[in-house]
Amino acid sequence: MTKVTMTVNGASVSGEAAGNTLLVEFLREELRLTGTHVGCDTSQCGACSVHVDGKLVKSCTMFAAEADGTDVITIEGEAAEDGTLSTVQQAFQDHHGLQCGFCTPGMVMAATALLKENPKPSEAEVRHYLEGNICRCTGYHNIVKSIMAASGQNVEPMAAE
Amino acid sequence: MPKDNGIGASLKRREDVRFLTGTGNYTDDISVHRQLYVHFLRSDVANGTINGIDTAAASAMSGVVRIFTGADFEGVGSIPCGWQVTDRHGEVMKEPAHPVLAQGKVRHVGDPIAAVVANSLEEARNAAEAIDLDIHELPAAVDMRKALEEGAPLVHDELGDNLCYDWGFVEENREAVDEAIKNAAHVTTLELVNNRLVANPMEPRVAVGDFNRATGDSTLYTTSQNPHVIRLLMGAFVLGIPEHKLRVVAPDVGGGFGTKIFHYAEEAFCTFAAKALNRPVKWTASRSEAFMSDAHGRDHVTKIELALDADNNFVALRTATLANMGAYLSTFAPSVPTWLHGTLMAGNYKTPLIYVNVKAVFTNTVPVDAYRGAGRPEATYQLERVVDKAARELGVDPVALRRQNFITEFPYATPVAVEYDTGDYNATMDTLETMIDRDGFAARRAASEAKGKLRGLGINCYIEACGIAPSNLVGQLGARAGLYESATVRVNATGGLVVMTGSHSHGQGHETVFPQVIAEMIGLDESMVEIVHGDTANSPMGMGTYGSRSLAVGGSAMVRATEKIINKTKKIAAHLMEAAEADIELKDGQFSVAGTDKSVAWGDVCLAAYVPHNYPLEDIEPGLEETAFYDPSNFTYPAGAYSCEVEVDPETGKVTIESFAAADDFGNVVNPMIVEGQVHGGLGQGIGQALLENCAYDENGQLLSASYMDYAMPRASDLPLFKVDHSNGTPCTHNPLGVKGCGEAGAIGSPPAVVNAVVDALQSAGKNVLHIDMPLTPARVWDAMNG
Amino acid sequence: MYAFDLERPATVADAVTALGADEAQALGGGQTLIPTLKQRLASPSVLVSLSGIAEMTGICTRDDGSLAIGGGTTHAAVAVGADVFPGLAGLAAGIGDPAVRNRGTVGGSLANNDPSACYPAGALASGATIVTNAREIPADDYFQGLFTTALEEGEVVTEVRFPVPEASAYMKFEQPASRFALVGVFVAKHADGVRVAVTGASENGVFRWSEAEAALNDSFTADALNGLSLPAEGMINDLHGSDAYRAHITAVMTKRAVTAAC
Repeated sequence: MTKVTMTVNGASVSGEAAGNTLLVEFLREELRLTGTHVGCDTSQCGACSVHVDGKLVKSCTMFAAEADGTDVITIEGEAAEDGTLSTVQQAFQDHHGLQCGFCTPGMVMAATALLKENPKPSEAEVRHYLEGNICRCTGYHNIVKSIMAASGQNVEPMAAE
Repeated sequence: MPKDNGIGASLKRREDVRFLTGTGNYTDDISVHRQLYVHFLRSDVANGTINGIDTAAASAMSGVVRIFTGADFEGVGSIPCGWQVTDRHGEVMKEPAHPVLAQGKVRHVGDPIAAVVANSLEEARNAAEAIDLDIHELPAAVDMRKALEEGAPLVHDELGDNLCYDWGFVEENREAVDEAIKNAAHVTTLELVNNRLVANPMEPRVAVGDFNRATGDSTLYTTSQNPHVIRLLMGAFVLGIPEHKLRVVAPDVGGGFGTKIFHYAEEAFCTFAAKALNRPVKWTASRSEAFMSDAHGRDHVTKIELALDADNNFVALRTATLANMGAYLSTFAPSVPTWLHGTLMAGNYKTPLIYVNVKAVFTNTVPVDAYRGAGRPEATYQLERVVDKAARELGVDPVALRRQNFITEFPYATPVAVEYDTGDYNATMDTLETMIDRDGFAARRAASEAKGKLRGLGINCYIEACGIAPSNLVGQLGARAGLYESATVRVNATGGLVVMTGSHSHGQGHETVFPQVIAEMIGLDESMVEIVHGDTANSPMGMGTYGSRSLAVGGSAMVRATEKIINKTKKIAAHLMEAAEADIELKDGQFSVAGTDKSVAWGDVCLAAYVPHNYPLEDIEPGLEETAFYDPSNFTYPAGAYSCEVEVDPETGKVTIESFAAADDFGNVVNPMIVEGQVHGGLGQGIGQALLENCAYDENGQLLSASYMDYAMPRASDLPLFKVDHSNGTPCTHNPLGVKGCGEAGAIGSPPAVVNAVVDALQSAGKNVLHIDMPLTPARVWDAMNG
Repeated sequence: MYAFDLERPATVADAVTALGADEAQALGGGQTLIPTLKQRLASPSVLVSLSGIAEMTGICTRDDGSLAIGGGTTHAAVAVGADVFPGLAGLAAGIGDPAVRNRGTVGGSLANNDPSACYPAGALASGATIVTNAREIPADDYFQGLFTTALEEGEVVTEVRFPVPEASAYMKFEQPASRFALVGVFVAKHADGVRVAVTGASENGVFRWSEAEAALNDSFTADALNGLSLPAEGMINDLHGSDAYRAHITAVMTKRAVTAAC
């Protein structure tokens, strides 16, 4: 076991991690930040997506020790201190971009990363960016709509009818 | 004007806040003090005799608390099946035992052989590798046709063959159907496969067993769509724990789609082991484990024949299906290819004679059970494909052929034993044709052809049966449970309401939708109503959520309980206002006396019930809490028309969905936003079945699609924006809300639309392709095009 | 996963020393290795993470015009940083998904040599040189079949030098589930000839399609490939496509790559 120290959602945290401890295990079990989920074991579903030093990564495919010294943001760090949802979070609620909620933390982290890279993505760009985030509930329609809305684009033409 | 509250309002979901902020409480988020971890050693062969399991060395390894094998479960019950089908010869289905851990034989890849309980998951896995297994591998029964042949490998030796049942429906019609087909002007025949699927809710299954030695109470936290059903099945049939000593909690559940209905061995194991070890025991499935232990869906092989007269009227339908049961009978498996399938074979059409034969087959594969739609997608797919093929053979417009044969008068008793209460199939088809600009298709096809692509249009209908189900009816059909739903409405002293429901929300938004109904009934703000579900300790016995039944059945129970509350509050209000009960009106949360200006607020009446100083104690009890159990008198019958437009790349066979439209009749709609979301999700799964998803085994019973590396899940880039409409609702006539159910429609109606469209595209290029089996992967489409 | 120690050296020299330990294994971005470890298909005693080695990251143009990319450079960095070699940038931009591209590295991909990975096609068609801590290996000598390369135990890919072709493009036809290449074809037109490398298709891993190269040397047009086909024999035959289908798709993707490159 080695001691790892990182900044998680703005706070410095330390904990013990074995060599094979994944970042997601460290977050969920050591820090009890259970908003980051595990939906597969082949690095495809993206439910575990977090930001490490500002970049979208799959926390199930990175060791905790590799995150030593980094700045990590998880879903728990997205809303304001007073509970006000982030623009992306609010758009997901406004446009019904989630159902069971299990993939949602990863979707929000991916969407937030996308809009930082590309503030006004096209529908096709949104869909392409979500290649590594699988949702089984929504058929993606309202996820795409939520992200487009969060980018400030008019989503009225994307209404269901 | 869209409403902004109550029934019909697209209220934002209140549950979203916790899901969006990472503060949901899913089962894997639960860690119980002193918990142990279990890893299941699973069979890597499909069929084999267990000659020996030596756990001595493994048991001595670091961190191991105890290793369980099948021998530890002798005397413990079998995982039960909840439905007994009687076959066409009057015999009940064959029902083999399903032990918690394999005893004597392993019967599918993934069958659990031993369970290692250790202080950590890593230690449990290490020890599992050290277990010395002596398994003699046997030839496996995998392909259903071969499994029924004489001399095939047996899944269960004691059964003598692999046939679970041979079901005929309606048996009395069989000869008449045969005769009608023989004499018909035209018969269209189609053989097809309804591909095996894996439900794949994004949350893998989890179970945490806990035991309190001081009280003797067991608790199971589990990823279930129906905690009461699990408590009953596991308590009464497997572990022998009376329900008052067993609590089952299904907290936030990350999607179900049917596969979390069933009672699984891992749930029984964790509950059993927690008691045996006096420590909590936790199991979390990996995705790879989910592929070989979650019940799979579909997997039918079908031959369907549609007979038409010289005027293109449907005169008879005959269909014969082999339905895969897998190695054991999962909870509702026998009902899926029979009563949830055969009864829907009339579809939207007035075909007078129908005969359905289903042979259910045991194979050395994971058990197969209900998956979104369950039986109804299989019925719709074969029917809507054969109708399309008939139109092509006859050279008539496929929509016109459908319209000609639509049922137009309701109620309508089908020849397959159900009565449709309402519907308007022409209305949804009219709307659909408007939505898709059908007239513009020729120009769109030309534009596709100009860039070297083929374009096809597929249109079809569907009907399904939701709101399962009248208990006395399903009892006659073999269900071993009632299918009512329950609700307890508790009004607190200051007027807020808590509704405890047996329905379970795992993405459907009950916490938002149910309050809309109650708020409308009383005239309160939705925020006054809270929904409690998912815990047998604080909700009445209920049957859970599946088959699009929550609002139609659970919502009806809630309405009935709320009506009782309203009746009682009116009595109290009458007393407070010294008026006759019959004159009391409730509107906008105010009771008033008709024809007067007297009124009393909802909160004051509720307070009087709990502080009964001025109260008719001689007539009514204090307090405000009512329970209702609602048993539906019929199924509900959502129906609609769907359309898919595709482009096919003739060089690669790759299919792209260019547009998809759905016009549904769901009866009344409580929250349109959520209804549309349900349709989108169903479409995603139905299109996934049509184009991408395939659970495949090799001839030895090895699972080929054992992870997302080989099982193709729909991604955002595979799907279009959907056009959906539900403006043609014909309210259900027999439940108080007039609702029908919307969860499964998309998955039922969409696969034939996709396949119809691809066949249409290939036909446009002169390819003589009349059918391709799903999934229509690029390789399959290209193979079909290139003969 | 089995237990192992994780080391995070800061220099190539330290990494090479660490890799000298018994059963030591290098960890690049981990996007393939970590899922493999989860399945317990590998059991290193020490995993030597290369992601903290600054000297192994970055992209620069060398004096001979070739593009030198540090072995620890992520796909995401190549996607935006290899603009002088659009074919390669496009290849990197299409690997996996954004999160995978933020971790996965060119060195890790080439060291692993997955038969359906994209980079082997890019390196082979470019005529790249794989630079390790010990030597320089021409791509033509480097790829030796499925998951097999010329790398010795403990050898680390520190840099890859890609000659920049006059024209190039990579066309990937995705396997529907994994989204890896069912077939991926990289076409590169160099001053001294055309190179065509195919990934995903063959049972022997990435390969050069010499007949296509010859035809394209005569005329660098898609039409030059008319009538050319590969034998099905030796192609991968699985759930997602037959050997014949893969052979066919290889020809289609090669044509499309040429069209895109022109």
